[in-house]
Amino acid sequence: MIVEIGHFAVWLALGLAVLQSFAPLLGTWKQQQSWINLARPLAKVQFLLVSLSLVALGWAFYNNDFSVTYVANHSNSDLPWGYRLSAIWGGHEGSLLLWIWMLAAWGAAVALLSRTVPASMVAKVLAVMGMIAVGFLSFMLFTSNPFARMLPWFPIDGADLNPLLQDPGLVVHPPMLYMGYVGFSVAFAFAVAGLISGRLDPAWARWARPWTTVAWAFLTVGIALGSWWAYYELGWGGWWFWDPVENASFMPWLSGTALLHSLAVTEKRNLFRAWTVLLAILTFSLSLLGTFLVRSGVLTSVHAFANDPARGTFILIFLAVVAGGSLLLFAMRAPLLQNKAGFKLLSRETFLLGNNLLLLTATFVVLMGTLFPLIGDAMDLRISISGPYFNAFFVPLTLMLMAILVPGVLANWKRHRWAALKAPLIWATVGGVITGFLASLWPEPTSFVGTLAMIMVMYVVIGHLYDWYKKATAFRQGIWRGSRRLQRSYYGMILAHCGLALVVAGITMVTHHEIERDVRMVPGDTVSVGGFDFTFEDVKPRKGPNYDAMRGTFLVEKNGRKVTYMYPEKRNYRVAQQVMTQVALRPGLIFDLYVALGEELDMPGAWAVRVYYKPGVRWLWLGALIMAIGGLLAAMDKRYRKPMPIEKQEQVA
Amino acid sequence: MRASIWLIPVVLFFGLAALLYASLGRDTETLPSALINKPVPAFELPELLDHQTTYTQDIFKGRWSLLNVWGSWCPTCYVEHPYFMQLASQGIDIVGVNYKDNKAKAEKYLMDLGNPYSEIIVDNAGDFALDLGVYGAPETYLVNPDGVILVRHAGELDAQVWAEKFLPLLPNEMDATVVPAAAAPMP
Repeated sequence: MIVEIGHFAVWLALGLAVLQSFAPLLGTWKQQQSWINLARPLAKVQFLLVSLSLVALGWAFYNNDFSVTYVANHSNSDLPWGYRLSAIWGGHEGSLLLWIWMLAAWGAAVALLSRTVPASMVAKVLAVMGMIAVGFLSFMLFTSNPFARMLPWFPIDGADLNPLLQDPGLVVHPPMLYMGYVGFSVAFAFAVAGLISGRLDPAWARWARPWTTVAWAFLTVGIALGSWWAYYELGWGGWWFWDPVENASFMPWLSGTALLHSLAVTEKRNLFRAWTVLLAILTFSLSLLGTFLVRSGVLTSVHAFANDPARGTFILIFLAVVAGGSLLLFAMRAPLLQNKAGFKLLSRETFLLGNNLLLLTATFVVLMGTLFPLIGDAMDLRISISGPYFNAFFVPLTLMLMAILVPGVLANWKRHRWAALKAPLIWATVGGVITGFLASLWPEPTSFVGTLAMIMVMYVVIGHLYDWYKKATAFRQGIWRGSRRLQRSYYGMILAHCGLALVVAGITMVTHHEIERDVRMVPGDTVSVGGFDFTFEDVKPRKGPNYDAMRGTFLVEKNGRKVTYMYPEKRNYRVAQQVMTQVALRPGLIFDLYVALGEELDMPGAWAVRVYYKPGVRWLWLGALIMAIGGLLAAMDKRYRKPMPIEKQEQVA
Repeated sequence: MRASIWLIPVVLFFGLAALLYASLGRDTETLPSALINKPVPAFELPELLDHQTTYTQDIFKGRWSLLNVWGSWCPTCYVEHPYFMQLASQGIDIVGVNYKDNKAKAEKYLMDLGNPYSEIIVDNAGDFALDLGVYGAPETYLVNPDGVILVRHAGELDAQVWAEKFLPLLPNEMDATVVPAAAAPMP
């Protein structure tokens, strides 16, 4: 019964979404205030209805209602209840419901929080979001209904959740990722609303900016969580595989990052307007493309969903309507968006333009790499694409991005005198070369590219510290009081940029200094990795709730003194009959120790064991987290909550 | 600026959409390989576990065999590996092509997961794979005793693919080798 209520709520939500997608729009056209005013309550009620259906599906999982096909396929009565709930998004249908719920949540948030935005603008934004909701709700209801029942003959027990997904990282990874993906729909809705009303000015950019930043922050965390999960759950110690599904989330992140920076120019200088709108459309379209690639079965991937061309056709048509329609609207309106103001070659605008070009190049590189199997098919080409292709582009692109980052932060809007920029740039460069070179010597000297990367990291950090010092002391009130007068968005930027530096430092460290030993061990054997001695003590069977495990015990010592015990496992999931490696990790800020149990070898008691020493690997995810915190801080800046002031140039951005 | 310039994004997008549409229902499993019903291309490459030994296309003659392109860098290879272990234990000859890999990592992969291959051809440069038309690992081919390729499968090989694509082409005496699934199929 509860499941049927949830099912009904989704249909009701679809009806309301249809109303939401045209009534407010018609209202702004016909000047009917009452229709315009419908937008906010509709968005809120829609959110409540979708929440109700999500709870209903959760209820079915919690109560092991295996007459629901989706529950039967993705859960089991032995599954711990926490994973039963996260199994809601463990498959295609339920993850689509989660996606829709988040869309509704963003819609309700726009309805609640956009008090400083004119009602006619909010009405248009919510109407566009309503259209997107119509698309996704009908996609779910017509092709992938999670509420469908298997009656009258339903299984006594479920097929269990894929063991790879039975993990705390996977409980939070999809929601974070979807928050980001779906959040870009707000930026997109603002762009389309701006195109419809012909209003794409600094005020418009100021309304759209915090939403974009928050969505970007969620996507950043989501991608980092996915990478973290792959690192410890897949059991071979890598943190990024250039898998189509990873690329699907990385593309909107790259173009979303470009959008953030382009929005800054539009807000502050009323420039790059057409470009900003185009980026907003592109970013959300890439989110949809990601959905298409993952759910249509055109690409093979480890974590793609079940293949179904009918679903693929639906998303493709939807993508064509959303992206094609908005791009046509853009083509009609863009000629009106000619820039009025100009800027000199040496100005912040130039550096941000460079940032955008580099990020878009990177997006294009990933897009080509991901779609290559399809293009190759169409042209009968035979080239395979893997890590080396991406690395060949990403290393230079990232280093160039970091090189222009510092002058971009130091330079003023509109124009800058070279003489004023020269001194700080030289200082940052000299400081970066010295400290970066020293940093690259630890724990041992590294290659040219590794050294260059560390130099860039230190150059970015020093450049930002310098800029902060300059701006904090500019008030002439001492550095403490001055630093408190700087805006949140400024600190957000500093944090995000230093987070990027930390990510690059982590990638450099782990790529150049990791030690991987794969050895055959019998109990009593000791292997030495990264200065630590790992003694294999024994392997014992252990019974988990829905799996049987063989659990190894390793004593870790340094210079004869005990550091810790580590317990890697080999698990056999009873229902899915799938063997999984449960890695033992000793995480640390400086380095991780990583022990994985391979297969038992032909000689009884002998095991293949993987022992890794991974310096700096945590910085990668920590850096991403700092970037996200920076984004959230910037989105909380006071000026977004003030009613739209008369245009005022700000000295500090 | 002329108005037509602003139409470029739309045109580009519909080009992409056409490509995606053409790819829908694209069988990521059977591929229209130019080599179906043609002999395995000529090669002369060393064995992974013993670099003194060199193989040519003649190793495919005189027996039914599978040719599996793999690499320790390939995530899906880890997924399908247990099924190959099962096939090997049923007496099916599997010739591995270790594609663009590093010797140490490939050996570690086999040590960790077991070795289902009767022979392992090392193709570091990827020349043989290029001749085969491989565009990514894993890919698996069925080769008859004349050394002629009958089936090509790109992506993970599992019990279902085996039953549908490979088994029907095998001669009768091997029909008994219905290898059960590694994972229970969905109800």
